[in-house]
Amino acid sequence: MSLTYEEVILKYEPVLGLEVHVELNTKSKMFCGCATEFGAEPNTQTCPVCLGMPGALPVVNQKAIESSILIGLALHCSVTPFSRFSRKNYFYPDMPKNFQISQYDEPICVNGYVDVEIETEEGPKQFRVEIERVHMEEDTGKSLHVGGATGRIHGADYSLLDFNRAGIPLVEIVTKIVPGTGKYAPEVAKAYVAELRDILRSLGVSDVRMEQGSLRCDANVSLRLIGAETLGTRSETKNVNSLRSVERAVRGEMIRHAELLNRGERVVQETRHFQEDTGLTRSGRSKEQAEDYRYFPEPDLVPVEPDAAWVEILRVSLPEQPTLRRKRLQEEWSVPDKEMAAMINADALDIVEATVEFGADPTRARGWWLGEISRIANEKDVSIAELAITPVDVAEIVALVARGELTDKLARQVVEGVIAGEGKPSHVMETRGLKVVSDESALMAAIENAIAAQPETAEKVRSGHIPAAGALIGAVMKETKGQADAARVRELLLAHLGQ
Amino acid sequence: MITRSAHEMATALEAGDTTSEKLTQEHLDRIAAVDGDVHAFLYVDTEGALSQARGVDARRQSGEKVGPLAGVPLALKDVMVQHGVPTTAGSKILEGWRPPYDATVVAKLKQAGIVILGKTNMDEFAMGSSTENSAYGPTHNPWDLSRIPGGSGGGSSASLAAFEAPLAIGTDTGGSIRQPAAVTGTVGVKPTYGGVSRYGLIAFSSSLDQAGPCARTVLDAALLHEVIAGHDARDATSIDAPVPQVVKAAREGNVKGMKIGVVKELNGDGYQAGVRSRFEESLELLANEGAEIVEVSCPNFEYALAAYYLIAPSECSSNLARFDAMRYGLRVGDADGASAESVMNFTREVGFGREVKRRIILGTYALSSGYYDAYYGSAQKVRTLIMDDFKRAFNSADVLVSPTCPTTAFKIGEKANDPLAMYLNDIATIPVNMAGIGGMSLPCGLAPEDGLPVGFQIMAPAMQDQRMYSAAAALEASLLTKWGAPLLSQIPALGGSK
Amino acid sequence: MSTLSRADVANLARLARIEMTDQELDDLSSEMDVILSAVARVQEVATSDVKPTSHPLPLRNVVRGDVVTPSLSPEAALSGAPASEEQRFRVPQILGEEA
Repeated sequence: MSLTYEEVILKYEPVLGLEVHVELNTKSKMFCGCATEFGAEPNTQTCPVCLGMPGALPVVNQKAIESSILIGLALHCSVTPFSRFSRKNYFYPDMPKNFQISQYDEPICVNGYVDVEIETEEGPKQFRVEIERVHMEEDTGKSLHVGGATGRIHGADYSLLDFNRAGIPLVEIVTKIVPGTGKYAPEVAKAYVAELRDILRSLGVSDVRMEQGSLRCDANVSLRLIGAETLGTRSETKNVNSLRSVERAVRGEMIRHAELLNRGERVVQETRHFQEDTGLTRSGRSKEQAEDYRYFPEPDLVPVEPDAAWVEILRVSLPEQPTLRRKRLQEEWSVPDKEMAAMINADALDIVEATVEFGADPTRARGWWLGEISRIANEKDVSIAELAITPVDVAEIVALVARGELTDKLARQVVEGVIAGEGKPSHVMETRGLKVVSDESALMAAIENAIAAQPETAEKVRSGHIPAAGALIGAVMKETKGQADAARVRELLLAHLGQ
Repeated sequence: MITRSAHEMATALEAGDTTSEKLTQEHLDRIAAVDGDVHAFLYVDTEGALSQARGVDARRQSGEKVGPLAGVPLALKDVMVQHGVPTTAGSKILEGWRPPYDATVVAKLKQAGIVILGKTNMDEFAMGSSTENSAYGPTHNPWDLSRIPGGSGGGSSASLAAFEAPLAIGTDTGGSIRQPAAVTGTVGVKPTYGGVSRYGLIAFSSSLDQAGPCARTVLDAALLHEVIAGHDARDATSIDAPVPQVVKAAREGNVKGMKIGVVKELNGDGYQAGVRSRFEESLELLANEGAEIVEVSCPNFEYALAAYYLIAPSECSSNLARFDAMRYGLRVGDADGASAESVMNFTREVGFGREVKRRIILGTYALSSGYYDAYYGSAQKVRTLIMDDFKRAFNSADVLVSPTCPTTAFKIGEKANDPLAMYLNDIATIPVNMAGIGGMSLPCGLAPEDGLPVGFQIMAPAMQDQRMYSAAAALEASLLTKWGAPLLSQIPALGGSK
Repeated sequence: MSTLSRADVANLARLARIEMTDQELDDLSSEMDVILSAVARVQEVATSDVKPTSHPLPLRNVVRGDVVTPSLSPEAALSGAPASEEQRFRVPQILGEEA
């Protein structure tokens, strides 16, 4: 018995909780001087400290602390006067020390919020997502599972560990529970992560590339009957690695919970894994007994007590807030509200801004990204950022059109070619032979042919019935395979027919 | 030459009376002759030591200015990692591991031209007071081979007493430098916590562990202290301040006007008669040298042992989690189809000895949810109380003193099956670690009833290590005058010739 | 004062990843009782007005600059590995959550 989303929200109210892990873009790791380059050869960025060798000791990266404070400040948190690292003790092969150094009950920042705006049927609506804490920790190594049919952990014969990622600084941002989003829970979750990503990007503290795992979201979802006071049992969905997935995961979990509850079954409090291909979640291997992390203050490190002056220096360096930036860009580009919302919703703001920076007119840049390019992205079921076309390409195309070297129609083919991986726009134009026919004698020949073929239509135009010219222009365009500038054809045709 | 002090050896090297290579070879010969009986060493790095010695000789010959201990050999406790040299911390789980890096202390020793002879035996992961918990068999006390040399650093102290090395490095978590020094008639110093880098010291209990010098004289200890001490950016708990002037203090050895506080709670019941009488005699000698002896009370010290046996196991349960058969060390049970988890379980079962497992289980319990406050949390409060006791005591005394241990060396096997009796050995040394202050032990005679060495403990406030060297040097000089020769001249001959 | 049953010790051994024989579990549970009754004394003086000390030093804010320092060579990093393959540490199959 499968439920529709509409059926779910008629009966239940969702409560959200979001935990976002952000890999900081420090040059060196959290507790040692190893480099943090993404994609390096395995185990080339490791040392006794991040391999958890006997005798090695951690020392905190100052930049990581400052980045964490910046994040806290940007999220309207208070920076705690005393914070500490603890050890979270559990065994896992990709965790070199078999404990993770993590802040526990004394995090660096607490109590903030993020306001997000989403489009609803009643117009734009704002939600406040409250932040419980921002804390620092270290990442684990990466495992490669070998053997077995699936290439997954289950059924693998053995695993190969690369510790380049081990010890990369992570900041975890945990929301308080988010009630009251109603049917908009999936959109709010997505908007929150998007907003957080924009804030983090504006701070310059992380690459925030979800597809590379430098921003990872765990979504906690529970349902309760509308009007009920007590919270339902929550599930925690991990591996949600794109904005779209955040929305899908929340929606999917809401439906799954509701189906269970409707059948009179219980929601199990567990970790689930989001599967990008199906959009469904899969249960993590449930543990027979609960873990007991045995947290205690990390004795190898001393407390972090940011003094007021340090915090103030960081506060002054905070960049423009994304909401303010959006307002500014909307004004600069004179974008109507509705289209601005569409642009934000399509996550196209940065890409459009970059295109404008490369010289494109804002309206045209927006038109391409939200129009043709978004259409192709939708067809391919990917985001516009994932396509092979870049802001430089789009700026070039806009310029070519402006110079009359391409018509809009030809330009669409160029866009298609660039996305298909055929190369830069100029290259695509050349190989596909897409160029405005500007040779006027060739055009005149085509016009003569058209008039000869449709003498009656030509006569109508001569006698002042201008709209009839359309059929002739069409014929010319057909003959030139669409490579002529229609406006110029029209001009020449009308002049030729005495108009 | 091998019975001389490190300082005398250094002087002879400087004068060109011998070379480091010769000196090193003499010690290697001595090790070959007696270590079959003593078993102070887990690994003798013959080639490495000789090549290092030749290097120092060459530097000296070329006119280069070398450090005050350059060319003098040293025994390194196996808990310190040394690049390329087998390092086990006395455990099966690390058998065959050759570290790819040097501990900061080791780097400093090499820098100073000190020749590292090899790695000394110890209780597994420094957990013990007798060196009986080594996975590689016990070390024997050169004073009486049927007795323990103390622990955990029994190998280091025994190597000094057996004239296998004039200098050694120890580590002290609850007394592992001072207690072995006491029962072998040698000098051992636990510097202020943070005074010597812990980078490369295989952690037992991170908030208590401290490396320090072991030697046969106070001056030798001070010379070695200055080599290994100092701030290290790789250790976040290292103190960024000038090293206390311990060599100067050891040379001057002055106690005139010094207030020496006798800790009431660290004497009396439970302390062997001969230990008490030697301790009392030493107090008299210090008074004769112009010190003012006062009594101080530290009422919370009686809880120190209990708190220690919660804090140290808790920290070790976490520190030793890394020995999991994945990245280095022993791997057991890696059969087809075995999981990583079962390989970890079997490796840790086989790789760890009984005492280590006992403490891991105790620590796991003390940190577990629901018990944290009652055990670990309470132990940390006791730590505060002990620090307060010290603070008060140091208001009325410059240094504090006590016997280093309640008894002289006991027989091997005597306490092996009674962990609590074994733990009591550290009753006088543990408070120092809990408070992170400095403490040292020097020999103050032989107990009349068994003819075995007795240790005299001196404690000083944090970063005032020079005070204990002053007092120790003064006492050492008085005792030497009284005895006419160093205590170790009375040690029975071992297999080889002295 | 709490006592530890055999099952309690077995659970601790599981958390600590140490396989134990029945004999060991029995021995340890009785030893733990003795040790715990001795160490539980800390509770006599650990009153609520006493602040816990987790570290003997009053140090604060000890940090390092964000500077890259040389890593080990992969050969050195893997030199102690019980097994390695493709410049990675080879470990037995991991049963557990997919990270």
